[in-house]
Amino acid sequence: MIVSFELNGKDVHVETSSDRRAVDLLREDLGLVGTKESCGNGDCGACSILVDDKARLSCLTLATQLQGRKVVTIEGVCGEDGRLHPVQKAFIESGALQCGYCTPGMVIAVIDLLNSNPSPSRNEIREAISGNLCRCGAYQKILDAVEEVVKDSKKEAS
Amino acid sequence: MSHALVPTKIEELWAYIAENPEAMLCAGGTDLLVKIRSRSVTPDCLICLERLDDLKGVRFEAGEIIIGALTTHRQMIDDPIIQKDLPLLASAVQNLGSPPIRNMGTLGGNIVTASPAGDTLAPLYILKARLKICSKESSRSVPIESFILGPGKVDLRTGEILSEVVINQDSRFTVNHYEKVGRRNALACSVVSMAALMNIAEDNTISEIRLAWGSVGPTIMRFGDVERLLEGRQLTVRGIEDAIRKVQQSVSPIADTRASADYRRDVAGRLLLRLLSYASSR
Repeated sequence: MIVSFELNGKDVHVETSSDRRAVDLLREDLGLVGTKESCGNGDCGACSILVDDKARLSCLTLATQLQGRKVVTIEGVCGEDGRLHPVQKAFIESGALQCGYCTPGMVIAVIDLLNSNPSPSRNEIREAISGNLCRCGAYQKILDAVEEVVKDSKKEAS
Repeated sequence: MSHALVPTKIEELWAYIAENPEAMLCAGGTDLLVKIRSRSVTPDCLICLERLDDLKGVRFEAGEIIIGALTTHRQMIDDPIIQKDLPLLASAVQNLGSPPIRNMGTLGGNIVTASPAGDTLAPLYILKARLKICSKESSRSVPIESFILGPGKVDLRTGEILSEVVINQDSRFTVNHYEKVGRRNALACSVVSMAALMNIAEDNTISEIRLAWGSVGPTIMRFGDVERLLEGRQLTVRGIEDAIRKVQQSVSPIADTRASADYRRDVAGRLLLRLLSYASSR
């Protein structure tokens, strides 16, 4: 079948089988390897993508479920001019990663959080990334990074 | 699996089911797609229900709260009716899985999966939820405790779907308590869970109580004798200690990778102690 959807702001039409996993479609067929697969069971959050602005696990999503949806992967979170998303920038500035494998999923989870709650508490941030495992244990710095984003956006607003 | 279908209208769903009677139905897929990947189930065809908008959302109808089976956990957490009128269910779904799992998983999926650890089940048992089961030709209404037959086993025949969960609007319980004990908070399959609805009289006795436990038997467990024993009792350690022992004698937990049977038995009873935090300080 041909699956058509919006991917990082552009319409795509891709020939695939209906039961292909979204993570395989993105990584192997479309070459977007920023989305990572780790557990393949929905336990680790590494493969998170935004579908209609909400974080979903691409390892538990079938290609056909993307039909007509708006999909954003880590490659699509930056601005059109290629400038990093504020969450990405804060992760770099706070050193919120070591190996970086969980980072795309973490950034997607945080963007989902900030869409619905622009000024979360530290505990709310903790809750929002509770579905994302970081085996380097960078959690505290990830929380610091998100707090920086929240602080900066408040500064901009005032 | 050879193909996956995504109907957008209920008529389309019935047609797909008629053409593919062996197909499996997929709600949020957070459990089923894991089982398909590990080949513990091997359907030829999967029918994904996620675009059946008629089966989503929460509404009032004639004194009843009706939740579409395809409503996601996230939608329930955000819903004002669930927040205000079903705080017990709200607190269970807030504890369920993780944020992306709550964005994907649905109430109907949690019920039909019929895991003894399903987070919504113990609350739905004591809220006396009824389930609307539909096929192309007919519909029937079943209490949740008769629908769930065992671990992963439900009373759903070929051609039928779970369409709605119906709960009487009943705000008379002042205590709405749900707690799960797990290895960690997020993404933990519960080791033991307990849901409680309770009223406390002025003299700090329990005037009415409903209790249900998860993960300590093949399905959700309720004990009428424990509830009757507790009614009229002081909400103190002394007042409930024999009920704790009775729960420990009544549950039938298994040992697995998460906990031993003895630990589950012990904790199931002791979770009643949490209710003491609601005791009046008078």
